[in-house]
Amino acid sequence: MFKRVVITGIGVVTPVGNNLENFWENLTSGISGVGPITRFDTTGYSSTIAAEVKDFKPADYIDRKEARRMDRFTQYAVAASRMAIENAGLDLAAIDRVRAGVILGSGVGGIETLEEQHKVLMDRGPGRVSPIFIPMMIANMASGQVGINFGLRGCNVTTTSACASSANALGDAFKIIQRGQADLMISGGTEAPLTPLAVAGFCSMKALSTRNDDPAGASRPFDKGRDGFVIAEGSVILILEEMEHALNRGAQILAEITGYGASCDAYHITAPDPEGKGAAQSMRAALADAGLAPEKVDYINAHGTSTDLGDKLETMAIKEVFGEHARKLAVSSTKSMTGHLLGAAGGLETAVCVLAIKNSLIPPTINLNEPDPECDLDYVPNTARKTDLAVTLTNSFGFGGHNATLVIERYVAERDS
Amino acid sequence: MADVFERVKDIIVEQLGVEPEDVKPEASFVDDLGADSLDIVELVMALEETFDLQIPDEDAEKIHKVGEAVQYVLDHQ
Repeated sequence: MFKRVVITGIGVVTPVGNNLENFWENLTSGISGVGPITRFDTTGYSSTIAAEVKDFKPADYIDRKEARRMDRFTQYAVAASRMAIENAGLDLAAIDRVRAGVILGSGVGGIETLEEQHKVLMDRGPGRVSPIFIPMMIANMASGQVGINFGLRGCNVTTTSACASSANALGDAFKIIQRGQADLMISGGTEAPLTPLAVAGFCSMKALSTRNDDPAGASRPFDKGRDGFVIAEGSVILILEEMEHALNRGAQILAEITGYGASCDAYHITAPDPEGKGAAQSMRAALADAGLAPEKVDYINAHGTSTDLGDKLETMAIKEVFGEHARKLAVSSTKSMTGHLLGAAGGLETAVCVLAIKNSLIPPTINLNEPDPECDLDYVPNTARKTDLAVTLTNSFGFGGHNATLVIERYVAERDS
Repeated sequence: MADVFERVKDIIVEQLGVEPEDVKPEASFVDDLGADSLDIVELVMALEETFDLQIPDEDAEKIHKVGEAVQYVLDHQ
């Protein structure tokens, strides 16, 4: 007998806000979080813009000594987890923490620490490399530190599937609770890739927008003028909880997670399958897992990164899965405002689905002024839309051909299936 | 002496996240200041950098208290 899994809390550290209120206000007002990169000197870079987290003070969330031992990606995750726990009204002392775990996604882990310590090695030799280099850098340490900071002793792992990492994390966390192996999971993603080496690598791939003179207009999914994604950072964490567990403690239930699908293009290291087959398969699998006909879906938060091929092929895949209904449902890409948080994107966009359901409000795709003829769905251009939503879906696709889709539904006490 | 103590104290406060008034000569890094094995390695490295020293492992293993660290620096500078 499968358990039902509900979402009871969200925490955010993002380019559009470091608390839930600002995050939602900005996303539904069409405010971009993109600006010139301030973290390092961008001389010589083809892309000099990013969506940076602003005004983040680790000491607001983490003990000073502990914060020193964390790479930025871990600091974001611990901070967002603390906010999510608070948002869920969760008294950790009152739950069985052996049955509470953590699954976070991260595409690259502590690359800032890696770069700094590599410089130490080159400049001052092996004897000066920090003893906390390895534990700061390894990609699983955000999950590990969330477990340590909150004393959660259940399953604790990290998923790494590039830009699908946190969608896979949430899918795995959902399944663990659904199978009855945990009461509660902290899940989502975290990423801090705004470093000289990482940005240079993405620049060399020609993956990033070079609309440097118009940062707020640079991420323009589905628009004809799109020219690549805008790199971003942050962490969004959700509290997933077995329904009865949430009801028994009188928790707010924000939404229910009902389906998870995953697939692989098995095609190319970075380019998407030219027919969008992997993406379509992922969406179909998620709908089948939720026991839903495609016609039930009201809204898709698209992967929509603002790349030429990606947006076109996702559109093609949506049409393939939804047929006529593809014209009736709403699709939007909040990456138009947040930029692309890579391994943390799926967490952020799952939170968007939850908040869209809860507030009956769809955040827009901004900068959509001249639609690409090959991108011809209803992308909720430029202005948020007030409408009731029962079923939403979020897509995440990553280098390596990873595809993951989650189904988030309005919570109702009685469900048929 | 006082100068070396102050500089050592600054390093300890920064790295261990402790209050300056707790950093006394008789304070043990592990028992009083909450250091773990990684902290000790980091502290020894910081002492080496700050005072331009080489501290061999066998010497580092004998440094347990703040005052011992200060004395080591004074003896080897």
